[in-house]
Amino acid sequence: MTGKKLTPKEWMITRSIQFSGFSSIIFVLLILYFLIAQGMPALTEVPLKSLFSVRWYPIESYFGILPLVLGSLVVTIGASIVAVPLGVLTAVYIAEIAPFWAKEILKPMVELLAGLPSVVLGFLGILVVSPFLRDVLHLPTGLTALSGSLLLGLIAVPTIVSISEDALNNVPDTYRHGALALGVTRWQMIWGVVVPAARSGILTAIMLGVGRTIGETMTVMMVTGNAPVMPESFEVLFMPIRTMTATIASEMGEVASGSPHYHVLFFIAVVLFVFTLIVNIVASKISFRKMNRSERILS
Amino acid sequence: MRLRFHNPRLTEKIGTIFVTLVALSAVLPILAIVVYIVYQGSPAINWEFVSAMPRNGMHEGGILPAIVGTLYLTVGTAIFSVPVGVAAAIYLSEYAVDNALTRNIRLAIINLAGIPSVVYGLFGLGLFVIFLNFGTSILAASLTLSIMTLPVIISTTEEALRAVPQSFRVVSTSLGATKWQTIRRLVLPQALPGILTGVVLGLERAAGETAPILFTGAAFFLPRLPNSPFDATMALPYHLYVISTQVPGMPIQIQYGTVMVLMMFVLFMNLIVTFIRSRARARRQW
Repeated sequence: MTGKKLTPKEWMITRSIQFSGFSSIIFVLLILYFLIAQGMPALTEVPLKSLFSVRWYPIESYFGILPLVLGSLVVTIGASIVAVPLGVLTAVYIAEIAPFWAKEILKPMVELLAGLPSVVLGFLGILVVSPFLRDVLHLPTGLTALSGSLLLGLIAVPTIVSISEDALNNVPDTYRHGALALGVTRWQMIWGVVVPAARSGILTAIMLGVGRTIGETMTVMMVTGNAPVMPESFEVLFMPIRTMTATIASEMGEVASGSPHYHVLFFIAVVLFVFTLIVNIVASKISFRKMNRSERILS
Repeated sequence: MRLRFHNPRLTEKIGTIFVTLVALSAVLPILAIVVYIVYQGSPAINWEFVSAMPRNGMHEGGILPAIVGTLYLTVGTAIFSVPVGVAAAIYLSEYAVDNALTRNIRLAIINLAGIPSVVYGLFGLGLFVIFLNFGTSILAASLTLSIMTLPVIISTTEEALRAVPQSFRVVSTSLGATKWQTIRRLVLPQALPGILTGVVLGLERAAGETAPILFTGAAFFLPRLPNSPFDATMALPYHLYVISTQVPGMPIQIQYGTVMVLMMFVLFMNLIVTFIRSRARARRQW
């Protein structure tokens, strides 16, 4: 760059570093290509009316994906109801209230939860959570949308906590000092000044947490009972359901490559991809906007 | 509105207690899970369990092939994802200028991070298993897991590189070092603890994943060790899924033992991260 000529070795290294830099774009495009190439034939092989119907019964060629989409939505909403308050308040506690030693304990614990394989949570769901819910709520089976939501909520918590906590830590201390100097209590400072200032980061955290729950596979496959029924009322929480991810994971192993069923499963993956793409783009737009605004404030 | 409460001190007290309780209720399940698994699983752990092949339709014997398989997959993932991920982070932190291309790279990384694991599985099936004809193999599964791990490694490594003060680079360049020499001799060593943390966290995730290897490399039951990268393999998370949902009448001991081994794997990697971090914090000179 400085006019000095690069040695061949340095030239090679620089080029491979640049190429690796572009690799993420290449991989996203490759993923998109393979999903679309295998998923789009479903649109011609299966009549649209059947594809967007309410009956999923592949053995008799009923490929209605609506119950699966709604199944995913139900579990995701349920998980958000659990994870959002839990995650945001935990982040507030860690960032604003906890003494130093408590932080040092809490943060590794949250990280541990983030690293816990989802199949372990699914296993505990089958052996501990489901039987417990079945007995307490007198249900015919404990493998329901509710158990799925509770466990998925736990999976979303680490994402929400760590990103919200970053957002709270990024609020300049001058904000806190200014508020306290005006005579408000610490509590009023947190909710009146710090949290509103970190609003967009917290929103990003929530979006990414929710995005993780939509895509979660093993836990929901193991604990939601895997029944592709159409959710009709809120009682669906206490019944077995089936999500998009679980459908792919449990049926892909048995279908013949190139059959309509195979293509429909890839089509579901395209739907999932689009869902998470939207969530992630919106989340990143929120945080980009935040960066611009705080830059303006600080300059 | 909030400022009009009659007794802000009381509100603060009650509120603080409430938030503390919520934070506790988020953390207690984690503690409970660890304690419960150790309590239920440790009776099943013995030398035979971790060193023998499964016998009698997995109802007896050990889980050695699953342990070895997970080790292979983790190492395979590291071989592909660490060089590419670290290089990509170097590009973003040291070379990239803020233009449309860089913004697209960042968007791509964010998207990679958000793609559901089972979708990675389908992609691996389409590209590595069928198109490149690797078959269901350790190679295909490792490559699939690598791409899934990339965003974690890239973003943590970039953060670590950016934390190295800019003045270090300026001084090095002014002493006549080339850009690569500066990166190789100065920036990378300084950022090493942060990079290692990211790598271990990424690999920890890969080691625990089931959905991406379902159709790319996991074997239901394989009573021998894989002897080439083109063999399918058993793996701890998939094995746990199999014995807890697919095989009827599985002794509960073996199930809890498998969970315990898998969790020990994860705990061990978490411990490494904590260790690297605390050492780096103690030694930091700037």
